[in-house]
Amino acid sequence: MLYNEPSPHETRILTRRLVYPQAEPIGYEQYAAQQGYEALRKALAMTPDAIIDEVKKSSLRGRGGAGFPAGMKWSFVDRKSPKPKYIVVNADEGEPGTCKDRIILENEPHRLIEGCVIAARAIGAERGWIYIRGEYRRMIETMDRAIAEAYQQGILGANVLGSGTRFDLYTHTGAGSYECGEESALLESLEGKRGNPRLKPPFPATSGAFQCPTIVNNVETFSAVPDIIMNGGDWYAALGAPRNGGTRLFCLSGHVNKPGVYELPMGYNLLRMINDVGGGIRGGKKLKAVVPGGSSCPILKAEECDIAMDFDTLAKAGSMLGSGGVIILDETTDMVKFLYRTMKFYAHESCGWCIPCREGTAWLKKILERLDAGVGVSKDLDMVDQLAQSMFGRTFCALGDAAAMPAMSIIRKFRAEFEERIRSAQVFIPAPETRPLVVL
Amino acid sequence: MADLITLTIDGRKLKVPAGTLVIEAAKQAGIEIPAFCYYEGFSLQAACRMCLVEVEKMPKLQPSCTLPAADGMVVHTESPKVADARKGMLEFLLTNHPLDCPVCDKGGECELQDMVFRYGAGESRFTEIKYHQDEKQWSPLVYYDPARCILCYRCVRVCDEGLGVGALGLTYRGVAAEITPSHGDHLECDECGWCIDVCPVGALTSGTYRYQSRPWEMNHTGTICTHCADGCKTTLSVRNGAIIRANNRDRSGYNGEFLCVKGRFGYDFVHSGERLQSPMIRKNGKLEPVSWSEALAAVATKFSEIKARGGKFGVIGSTRTTNEENYYLQKFARQGLGTASVDHHRTGDVPALIDALSGKTDALAAMADLYQAKAALVIGADLAQQHPLIAYQLRANYRHHKMAAYLVNPGASREEQYAKKSVHAPPGKEMEAVASLAGELKGHEDLVVIFGASLRGEGVRQLVSFGDTLGIPVKYVCLVDYSNSRGAMDMGLVPELLPGYRSVREAGMEPGLALDEMLAAKDLDALWAVGANPLESAELASSAAFVVVQDLFLTETARRAEVVLPAQSAYEKNGTVTSVTGEVQKLKAGAKVMGTKADLEIMGLIAKEMGLNLGIWSPDKVFEEIRRTVRGYNIPLPVVATGGAAQTTPVNGRVPAMPRPEHIRPSGDTLFTSGTLGRYSKRLSSVMEAPGELFKG
Ligand SMILES: Cc1cc2nc3c(=O)[nH]c(=O)nc-3n(C[C@H](O)[C@H](O)[C@H](O)COP(=O)(O)O)c2cc1C
Ligand code: SF4
Ligand code: SF4
Ligand code: SF4
Repeated sequence: MLYNEPSPHETRILTRRLVYPQAEPIGYEQYAAQQGYEALRKALAMTPDAIIDEVKKSSLRGRGGAGFPAGMKWSFVDRKSPKPKYIVVNADEGEPGTCKDRIILENEPHRLIEGCVIAARAIGAERGWIYIRGEYRRMIETMDRAIAEAYQQGILGANVLGSGTRFDLYTHTGAGSYECGEESALLESLEGKRGNPRLKPPFPATSGAFQCPTIVNNVETFSAVPDIIMNGGDWYAALGAPRNGGTRLFCLSGHVNKPGVYELPMGYNLLRMINDVGGGIRGGKKLKAVVPGGSSCPILKAEECDIAMDFDTLAKAGSMLGSGGVIILDETTDMVKFLYRTMKFYAHESCGWCIPCREGTAWLKKILERLDAGVGVSKDLDMVDQLAQSMFGRTFCALGDAAAMPAMSIIRKFRAEFEERIRSAQVFIPAPETRPLVVL
Repeated sequence: MADLITLTIDGRKLKVPAGTLVIEAAKQAGIEIPAFCYYEGFSLQAACRMCLVEVEKMPKLQPSCTLPAADGMVVHTESPKVADARKGMLEFLLTNHPLDCPVCDKGGECELQDMVFRYGAGESRFTEIKYHQDEKQWSPLVYYDPARCILCYRCVRVCDEGLGVGALGLTYRGVAAEITPSHGDHLECDECGWCIDVCPVGALTSGTYRYQSRPWEMNHTGTICTHCADGCKTTLSVRNGAIIRANNRDRSGYNGEFLCVKGRFGYDFVHSGERLQSPMIRKNGKLEPVSWSEALAAVATKFSEIKARGGKFGVIGSTRTTNEENYYLQKFARQGLGTASVDHHRTGDVPALIDALSGKTDALAAMADLYQAKAALVIGADLAQQHPLIAYQLRANYRHHKMAAYLVNPGASREEQYAKKSVHAPPGKEMEAVASLAGELKGHEDLVVIFGASLRGEGVRQLVSFGDTLGIPVKYVCLVDYSNSRGAMDMGLVPELLPGYRSVREAGMEPGLALDEMLAAKDLDALWAVGANPLESAELASSAAFVVVQDLFLTETARRAEVVLPAQSAYEKNGTVTSVTGEVQKLKAGAKVMGTKADLEIMGLIAKEMGLNLGIWSPDKVFEEIRRTVRGYNIPLPVVATGGAAQTTPVNGRVPAMPRPEHIRPSGDTLFTSGTLGRYSKRLSSVMEAPGELFKG
């Protein structure tokens, strides 16, 4: 099912087979009728190195958040290792503001399967798992049906399309934790353990699932691969911006007229994204700020939004492209509440493994809760910034950073609003002779 | 050895093997990097973030506990950025911590307290309500207070990696994350209490020690555990003569920090209400308290009388008394009473091993060898139950060096978790199973063989011949059961042998009666049991026998005695004991129990009463005599005197007269039992796991 009407501004590569409304997932018959699995046939005739080269040329960067070049990641796998190699699809889609993987899982499961089998060929894997967030019950069922079809068609199983190589693919249900989207925690969870992150190095490409070489990529990353193989890496790279190949799914949410998931070229201008694709700000209000790539990314003020949406440009601007979750906030947005709500999420999702994230997120949440309730004091503002700095770059995994970044950026960029909240708060001021009231 | 690389830490150039962790490299240079979760020998966590250091050319601070030193690396451990990070971590840690140090059981020995004192901020900025969870009791011995827990995962790791128990895990997440027993609300584990010891804060506390004392109010005495034969150093914390805690946090013995439930908690028999505190003499059929002089005189008179008429003595020594006492007892029996009927409760065939190894050097394994050997073969022993330290050493060897373990046992044992191969063979069939492993064993560089009492006599000889065929260096451990079982054998508490495995014929005697034979002899005139309870499971055939018992408790044997003399336990006296691996270690008196005397003193006083000249009966003097006269015991005095373990040199030669293997009776003790003594430890029986079973895995 598609949730929004496509926009004429889209460049539909990944979504080209989808129609609106897409009542049923695209089954094997339809997929095959529209060139489905042709890329796989082509890939089976290519050497693994040639596949990796094509992906490298495409400048396809990971769509899960960090934007690591996919081809490079695949090339880290030691194909000569005697150990089995594994493919793991990160379909945990936990980043607030992100709802794109579900479009693929729900509507075109065979695209993901095809991408996986090609990747398996590239690294010599015979087994793979799709780790899907547990709440995506319907998508898990859709994927399971598609996988069953693929087995029937000989795409999966002992002899992939008669090539003599085996590839088995399974879905694995996530257990309800944002941290399980972090690739090493995901692998722990996949192995049946508590979803705590692992020490890195070793990275999954050397020692991943069950201590074997593993590539972990996002759903969208794998799903981009069939078209790259069909049309060539150069073609894909040319669709996007320098070192940011292709198109990606942007999830527009918040105060726009037409929220939804849109496929746009990398490097697409953010203001155009809001106005042309998203139909402008709801109710004719003014833009206040944008979180450009999921809740973890430092916020952009309205005046910073005339920017190309690719990994490098946003990094230069002090933010991140992240997972493609573009959260658009209009002038009415209460930034104190927004940050409080964001921190509540991170405090709830911190796995608890390391001190700075476990204690830092909980502390920040409490301060912000107070600020939001109008019982803050001015030194709270510096505290928020300082505590976030005490976490930033010092936690075990990137979740700590993901919590610290919005805090630092929002408190710095919208400090006046926080100060105003403290000033205007209707709080009981203790009489001089009474002891200060601790309001919590 | 890996190549040496050069790195700079705080301006000092250091050469360390490539791959050394920065935290360890710094330690070598005397630079301490603070850490909670880093715990030498266990897996790396990088969770506490206390050990962050600044490394030039790296943008982020790096955890030094997981960072391998690299050539040319420049590290700063005290830069403003590092100091700020440490301060920040401690501030975070204290946010939800109770901060009631004055009433916390850990006060005075808390790593968090120390750390905040050194690196922390003077005041906290945290003014919110703390997240709190109430304390829980997990077992009679272990309490957990989640509010104090800093989640360093030391407890989880020692239990899982160290012991293979894996009783602890992590539950909930974020600020609510806490340690939990894998059985939910209670422990089903070894109850060893190691998790309590390693806990840097007051989160895990000991059910027996908590709120009894402050650490500075106790005196600490390092001595040797009196339970099994593994010879763990245990440090008794004593206040007003009473032991209130035992652990080995100073890692002074060869066991490091390791202790099992008996070593850490099983000392409570010392202060049991059932301790004998006055000598007793049977009057009108009833044991009545008397003075020491009356009791000693009664024994001396009767002994002298029996000796004068050429009566039949039976002397039974102990597996827990000191070498000095055992030596003195056999001397007393042979020279003073003129009897060759001397024995003790034998639990393993050490003489057979020594005899079979005749002509070989360096073939008796020391405790350290178990950690270094490339392969181990375990025959007929449930090590985790019967020899916890040996089990621990082997497991550590496997964890750190991938040692290959082979098991030949009648049933399951915990070592199967990591063993390369495990064969189940009933007693008597072990050697066939062992032979089937020959091919694999030959492939290793060296081997240590650990065998229980099911192999004895000819079996031991076969085993050693089998070892000879492997063509690799093989060392052996013959398992015995109690803290000084080995010493009792070495000191000649057997009918056939004088101390040092010399034949009694050298002393112009023929071997006397073995323990069972004494009990069965209808014409026995006197039975003298020093720290032994032979009547627990047997009858004394001679109804007229004059029975003298030196013991801590009114045991089955003491109840049959004419004279009972209240003795001291190992924790109350000085002396030496010899472990299962033949290592001599020193006992140091910690506790005091009114009215008791050390067995050595009791024997000395009886000798004096009898007018015998058996030499001075102070532990030091007797030990000197042992060192001079007992083969193998000429060990370096300073090592033992300073609390170390010195292995007795093997007696290289045939054993001239073999004690009869049919008199060996393995005790069958589990982790939670310890012969007669164990029955008087309420704690050992208080846990739900007691008494446990052997070979159930
Ligand atoms: C806290 C946290 C949560 C994450 N959640 C997700 C997720 O839900 N889905 C995802 O694809 N990647 C997620 N990631 C990123 C993954 O760790 C990893 O970078 C990604 O799966 C790699 O795939 P890619 O290179 O194709 O993006 C998360 C990372 C962190 C630190
Ligand atoms: S930063 Fe630390 S506590 Fe937070 S999710 Fe990562 S490992 Fe867990
Ligand atoms: S007492 Fe010993 S066995 Fe039990 S949980 Fe603690 S460390 Fe593990
Ligand atoms: S209970 Fe103690 S040892 Fe265990 S994690 Fe908590 S603080 Fe560390």
